[in-house]
Amino acid sequence: MNVSVIQFPGTNCEYDTQYAFEKLGAKTQVVWHKETAIAEDTDLVVVAGGFSYGDYLRSGAIARFSPVMQAVEAYANRGGKVLGICNGFQVLTESRLLPGALKRNEHLHFISRHHHLKVVGNENAFLNKLNPGDVVNVPIAHHDGNYYIDEGGLKALYDNDQVLLHYCDAEGNISNPNGSVDAIAGVCNASKNVFGLMPHPERAMESILGSDDGKAMLEGFFAS
Amino acid sequence: MKAIVNVFLKPGVLDSQGKAVHHALDSLKFEGVNEVRVGKQIVLDLTAADEAAAKAEVTEMCEALLANTVIEDYTIELRS
Repeated sequence: MNVSVIQFPGTNCEYDTQYAFEKLGAKTQVVWHKETAIAEDTDLVVVAGGFSYGDYLRSGAIARFSPVMQAVEAYANRGGKVLGICNGFQVLTESRLLPGALKRNEHLHFISRHHHLKVVGNENAFLNKLNPGDVVNVPIAHHDGNYYIDEGGLKALYDNDQVLLHYCDAEGNISNPNGSVDAIAGVCNASKNVFGLMPHPERAMESILGSDDGKAMLEGFFAS
Repeated sequence: MKAIVNVFLKPGVLDSQGKAVHHALDSLKFEGVNEVRVGKQIVLDLTAADEAAAKAEVTEMCEALLANTVIEDYTIELRS
């Protein structure tokens, strides 16, 4: 399993992401934003978290036009698997590879803490090692994590089984930290090869650091 | 020529910053406010001399980058 981790100026989760995937047995490489191609043998592209281009204009808005993103878009359109975490999720919605948009958190605060998530859709290349209703606990760290999609778009997401995760409490009851429509924490595209979520599974790989629930999430990308 | 682009969240998309400012105005006893919307203004200094060409170019910029049309509307005002 080869993972290409995209790095923009301002990305800060690329090494955590490498650590997480290498811990699970993958080979990884960091791909700088000026690269114009994704390595042929790449099995998964991860657009890592951080503050690409300082979040100027809108989170992810400038990164979308960097050379490497043209390659990522082409890779996704060929059916390649792409995962966007946090700022990566914002980049993928700005690129229109994922539906919806991410707005400023409802209460305007930057939120940085562990949060529980409930698995909604698992019949995909990402969360297939988990079951619908499973609750995981991973860190969230964002200012613009308030997922927005209009009513028609929301219906389409549920009809096509594109909602991946809901924010919830430890018991699995919906608990919405940032005002996201329907407490949605992650979605995928209709073809189920592009995934995005605000929480950070790559920061939940060691129980001594609070949680290793990220393993069961990211393991989904590895052939069983 | 200058282009003044105003970008606002679409009507119906909750504007949390606008709501917070509204609250603050309320607490300052400015009671005559129905709604507050917070947006951003982008001022472009253009080489184009022709208004129609400038408008077309700035519209393209808005659609591509300056606004996220999933959640935002924009207006363009030209000043020579």
